[in-house]
Amino acid sequence: MLAKHLNKSLFSKEVAMEPTRDGYGRGLVKLGQTNPNVVALCADLTESTRTQPFAQKFPDRFVEMGVAEQNLAAVSSGMAAMGKLPFISSYATFSPGRNWEQIRTTICINQQKVVIAGAHAGISVGPDGATHQALEDIALMRSLPTMTVINPCDSLEAEKATLAAAEYPGPIYLRFHREKTATITSKNSPFEIGKAQVLREGSDVSVIACGPVLYEALIAAEDLSKVGLEVQVINLSTIKPIDLESIIKAAQKTKAIVTVEEHQITGGLGSAVSEVLVEHFPVPMQRVGVADRFGESGTPEELLEKFGLKAKHIKVAIKEVLKRKTLLYASET
Amino acid sequence: MRSAEKTYKELQELANVIRADVIKNLVAAGSGHSAGPLGMADVFTAMYFAILNHNPAKPNWPGRDRLVLSNGHICPVLYATLARAGYLPIKEGLTLRKLGSRLQGHPHRVALPGLETTSGPLGSGLSQACGMALAARMDDMKIRVYALTSDGEHDAGNTWEAVMFAGKNKLHNLTCIIDRNNIQIDGYTEDIMPLEPLREKYESFNWHVLEIDGHNIEEVVDACNQAKAVYEKPTCIIAHTIPGKGVDFMEYKYEWHGKPPNPEEARIALHELRTLNGRIKSEHE
Repeated sequence: MLAKHLNKSLFSKEVAMEPTRDGYGRGLVKLGQTNPNVVALCADLTESTRTQPFAQKFPDRFVEMGVAEQNLAAVSSGMAAMGKLPFISSYATFSPGRNWEQIRTTICINQQKVVIAGAHAGISVGPDGATHQALEDIALMRSLPTMTVINPCDSLEAEKATLAAAEYPGPIYLRFHREKTATITSKNSPFEIGKAQVLREGSDVSVIACGPVLYEALIAAEDLSKVGLEVQVINLSTIKPIDLESIIKAAQKTKAIVTVEEHQITGGLGSAVSEVLVEHFPVPMQRVGVADRFGESGTPEELLEKFGLKAKHIKVAIKEVLKRKTLLYASET
Repeated sequence: MRSAEKTYKELQELANVIRADVIKNLVAAGSGHSAGPLGMADVFTAMYFAILNHNPAKPNWPGRDRLVLSNGHICPVLYATLARAGYLPIKEGLTLRKLGSRLQGHPHRVALPGLETTSGPLGSGLSQACGMALAARMDDMKIRVYALTSDGEHDAGNTWEAVMFAGKNKLHNLTCIIDRNNIQIDGYTEDIMPLEPLREKYESFNWHVLEIDGHNIEEVVDACNQAKAVYEKPTCIIAHTIPGKGVDFMEYKYEWHGKPPNPEEARIALHELRTLNGRIKSEHE
């Protein structure tokens, strides 16, 4: 059963499509209106990171950094030290890719509150190819003490996450995508940093996903319900701090877990969930993600297909994990 | 703010007291950097006793000038100076680098009042100072921001990103002081990665540049005051210093960049600092 707050036309051909980065842009402008301390810094990607609306509305609080991501992070640290609330943006491969150490030292260890917005994450960046497809950024940010990591599933959630990031303590990494993707949630959908949301109830297996590929998980669940499998789908948009309780509850209920992410299967959401399971409630688990390799040029659709991130790949993983679940519990009885 | 209006002669003497504190604290620590802290003792004395507008009783006072130490490894001189300025007990210096100490091996901002940043990894301090200077200007705060940098960290690309940024934004409330001691861990700067012509580099990035004797406190103070009068550019003060200054067997030797004296070497160093007092003063009188 789908949660009532989701987009009513979720599975229609006319489902509203919008890139998650647009939600960031809208959220940033709203914050500019309500919080005079908010400043935005960008490394020569103002339009494509959707920092432009803020820059046009609040030119005195926008800082153009040029192609200098290390400086982007460290200057923002200095501004935070003076009471500003900096939002810094670039492509995720460059920030937090290139400036990881400045983020670690001048933001995290230095305890300065900065929000890092990484745009164009994932394989769905498309034709720009491997260099521009950030597939390691969740791992990079998740390993930093004090850092919060959020990968919103659609533009509405992206906007909510942007607004929430201003209020939440400590540095925050927000991960956004380039392509237009389905609007999964609605204005009424709950969002709280650190809280997973069950979007679809089910008792056979739980799929835990983050980012726009969550939509593929919902499609897979719908398809499988037609053959009598009830798949629970959980939106784990906050990867850190991880919602232990929801993950353990899902494992106890369905005794099988599949994770889905547009990221390397090592170090990201799949790893984070498996860490929780091995320590608290081990159950058969399967990770869907990019299998320890770099991307390439192509259309976003071609790449999601080639790298195994479509609903059909999720269905295969679900069937695999259910086989293991059946074997495991058969041997126990 | 000249605290208690010390004379330059008194300040030069105080710098030597701080050098002795540095030696004692390094010996107690058993590890740490010697050459840089000794070389920068005069600049630090000038900053905290003659230049900075600050209040050790209110370390978080928003109206204070900001001093960002970029090359965090010379923190023994920062700690010793902060102690002499009243931010912490002088004897706490002996906890340097020990478990649970507020005096971490590289400065950790939240550990100790008076520290403006966490630093150690080189090349990022000037960026942070740029951010402070820009934010202060946005809010029309009449404070000054000082970045203390090493010459060696000018190998780092991040430093030049910041130099370019400050020039573009005409951050006239920002002063960058470079400890030009010509050494880094692996050797002499001009062998490792030549920096010259350093002055011309900064000038071409739209900075106002001054060159001074970094052991002459009066020159340090004058240069910082001159920087206040420059309204269209940030100012860079290239402070020529002698690494290991005041201890004969350490002076000019890059081998002393990253190690502390042993107790016997420290005894000699402290003796030299005391007896050389007269000579060091006479150089500047």
